Amino acid sequence: MTAAAFPVRTGVSGSRQLAGTGALLWFNLRRDRVVIPAWVAVTGLLVLSLPGSLKSVYSTPAERADIARQMLTNSSLRATYGPVFSDSLGGLTAWRIGGYAAILAGIMSLVVVVRHTRDEEESGRQELVSSAMVGRRAPLTAALLTALVANSALALLIAGGMAGQGSAGALALGLGIGGVGMVFATLAAIVAQFTDSGRLAKGLTGGLLGAAFVLRAVGDSTTNDGSSPSTWSSPIGWLENLRPFAAERWWVLALFAAATLVQGVVAYELAGRRDVGMSFFPARPGPAHGRLGTAGALAWRLQRGSVLGWGLGFFAAGVAFGGITKGAADLVGDNAKTREIIERMGGQSGIEDAFLATMVGMFGMLAALYAVSSVLRLHSEETGQRAEPILANAVGRLRWAAGHLTIAFVGAVVIMLLSGLGLTLGYGAEPGPILAATLVQLPAIWTLGALAVLLHGISPRLAPASWATAGLALALGWIGPALNLPQAVLDVSPFGHLPKLPGGDMSWGPVIVLTAIAAALVAVGLTGLRRRDLTT
Amino acid sequence: MTKAITVSGLHKSFGKTQALAGLDLDVEAGEVHGFLGPNGSGKSTTIRVLLGLLHADSGAAQLLGRDPWTDAVELHRRVAYVPGDVTLWRNLSGGEVIDLYGKLRGGLDKSRRAELIDRFELDPTKKGRTYSKGNRQKVALVAAFASDVDLLILDEPTSGLDPLMEEVFQRCVEEERDRGRTILLSSHILSEVEELCDRVSIIRKGRTVESGSLADLRHLTRTSVTAELTGAPNGLASIPGVHDLAIQQIQNSQGHRVRLQVEADQLNAVLRSLSESGVRSLTSKPPTLEELFLRHYQETA
Repeated sequence: MTAAAFPVRTGVSGSRQLAGTGALLWFNLRRDRVVIPAWVAVTGLLVLSLPGSLKSVYSTPAERADIARQMLTNSSLRATYGPVFSDSLGGLTAWRIGGYAAILAGIMSLVVVVRHTRDEEESGRQELVSSAMVGRRAPLTAALLTALVANSALALLIAGGMAGQGSAGALALGLGIGGVGMVFATLAAIVAQFTDSGRLAKGLTGGLLGAAFVLRAVGDSTTNDGSSPSTWSSPIGWLENLRPFAAERWWVLALFAAATLVQGVVAYELAGRRDVGMSFFPARPGPAHGRLGTAGALAWRLQRGSVLGWGLGFFAAGVAFGGITKGAADLVGDNAKTREIIERMGGQSGIEDAFLATMVGMFGMLAALYAVSSVLRLHSEETGQRAEPILANAVGRLRWAAGHLTIAFVGAVVIMLLSGLGLTLGYGAEPGPILAATLVQLPAIWTLGALAVLLHGISPRLAPASWATAGLALALGWIGPALNLPQAVLDVSPFGHLPKLPGGDMSWGPVIVLTAIAAALVAVGLTGLRRRDLTT
Repeated sequence: MTKAITVSGLHKSFGKTQALAGLDLDVEAGEVHGFLGPNGSGKSTTIRVLLGLLHADSGAAQLLGRDPWTDAVELHRRVAYVPGDVTLWRNLSGGEVIDLYGKLRGGLDKSRRAELIDRFELDPTKKGRTYSKGNRQKVALVAAFASDVDLLILDEPTSGLDPLMEEVFQRCVEEERDRGRTILLSSHILSEVEELCDRVSIIRKGRTVESGSLADLRHLTRTSVTAELTGAPNGLASIPGVHDLAIQQIQNSQGHRVRLQVEADQLNAVLRSLSESGVRSLTSKPPTLEELFLRHYQETA
């Protein structure tokens, strides 16, 4: 095909495919020198802080045995955290935090991989890099190695830090969490071959991560030993089935290795057959004439895909969790002790309400992430130089912001209602109380979204910090109670103030106050936006 | 004539970097005004102040008689802007963006839009991410030229355009001028400026160093003269305003070759002196815009 004078190797094998990997890896690590260490440290320290906190809450082995039995009995808690396999401090730590640390590792990994592959191609920077002595597969290899370095560091930190609770268990926990990270790193590598936008690749892989959590939760709600097929279909379920600190089943590690390997090979094959900067789906032509006529319509056009994705995800997760609510109070091993526990928790309906309230709270905290990401569209539009030409037209800054903010704040209402609708359908009960419970979450969601408006309004450089505030609220809500933190710290999260519905008593005070705070933050943020220079 | 743009004593700093240090700019209504200066001299910053995207630290700026910061939205109904690096939304087609910009300004002339798409040979159905640099530029140019506005602000608008399209662009600018629209054109393509602009302003380090019509500016600079004389030159060196004088005897003859630069007001005296020595041949060249700029750009004052 090619002239003999310039023989071109058309196959996808050969050592030159990897030329430049070392330099790229070093470059990636340098670019991520703040993000990866911070993420690893926060995730690792979260895990390492647990044994001490658990010990201060449940100081005697008898108390720990009691709590372990309680947790195992309650299917809603199994759905949230997984079953307890050991009442040792290490075992309780793995139970309480393992799954969440794995999710954090998964998020870190998918962000790192997409950031160094599809994001680079989308921005056009990859073109320049690939024009140098860089093999076709070097960027992907370097990205996966970067994820490997990050996950290894996390695994080492956990294995080393938890060794005091038993070195075998610590090693299993560290490797399992790092293993989940690598499974999602390679999964992201595959997804990034098919999408031509980094944002979409991260969103889709994040959705798969959420699905893995739901599968594990649904599986664990029906069994108390992690043996359900649903649990086994989820990498997060593999972590619990590795059973750190409870007679480790080392062979489960082979699942992580196999999944990482298979997905890695698939990503490699795809990457070798693809044009740089392109996906497998050629861009289709669009309309020659547009109907978009306002800044608001443009904002909706840009965000509608994300709203749809979040809405569908929330609805599906709602149906799944609604479906397991009925079994929440089924006795696991019918004995006097567990019956007594259940009575103490408010009986059958009380337990179901408590489970629903927990789920609604979780949806609320996740919806805060939606709100923040939607508000931060303002930030990415501005720093991407796409706000400048819009504002050079007859569009005021408030009008420009209003489009995106409407989608953020009203979109939160929509996705919360969808989650409530899903819960209602799955649970098969009256929709009223559940929908009301989902709506009660909104003031807290709005407050976190409004904080993003404020930060962006004051200075675009501060805007990404709103992820940290939303992440903090999530961490406090999920593991704060187990850490026995003082109420003053728990109160930092707006979600901590909300009435626990359904089941609890409605109190309007916090709802009104939080809504007012959110409105005030938005007002101050927009004032700042009007007054400051645009990022150029 | 009324002024379309008046700027005086504009200052703007970003942290420790001073982008504008007392910039002045006057653009008459209905003229094409060239806005020139080296990279980083503050052209884009000035334009962003004029668009109300940046708030000047001090100094006065008026656009169409109004304040660009407080009356931004109302003003932008009458202004079209083309940046030097057009960024588009990856999943919107070029046609959609053109129509969006048209609707967000004072409106769009449909037949003019179709005509411009045709002349610029733009495919409006392609998505933002699939356009090349030059084609992204065309999207913004079509949107600007088809808009019903009074003032066009063009910031290096032809970067990435091929020579044919550059030609189309120049015709479009001329048509806009003929319709009575005002154009502020920032450009590094000096032939383009020479061709199109009625007046130019040259800025350096955030300050205006020269402003006026091209003829005015030329008048201020030197003409280069080369002559072959039958005899020896006499007294050239003593004429004020003569620079870089080089005299060389032509081999095997009495004749001399003379090269010099002379300021415009002394051209007469130089010619008189040359003709006294007997002129065999004479070429005189007005300064090109290029020389004009090089002189200003390289100044190390």
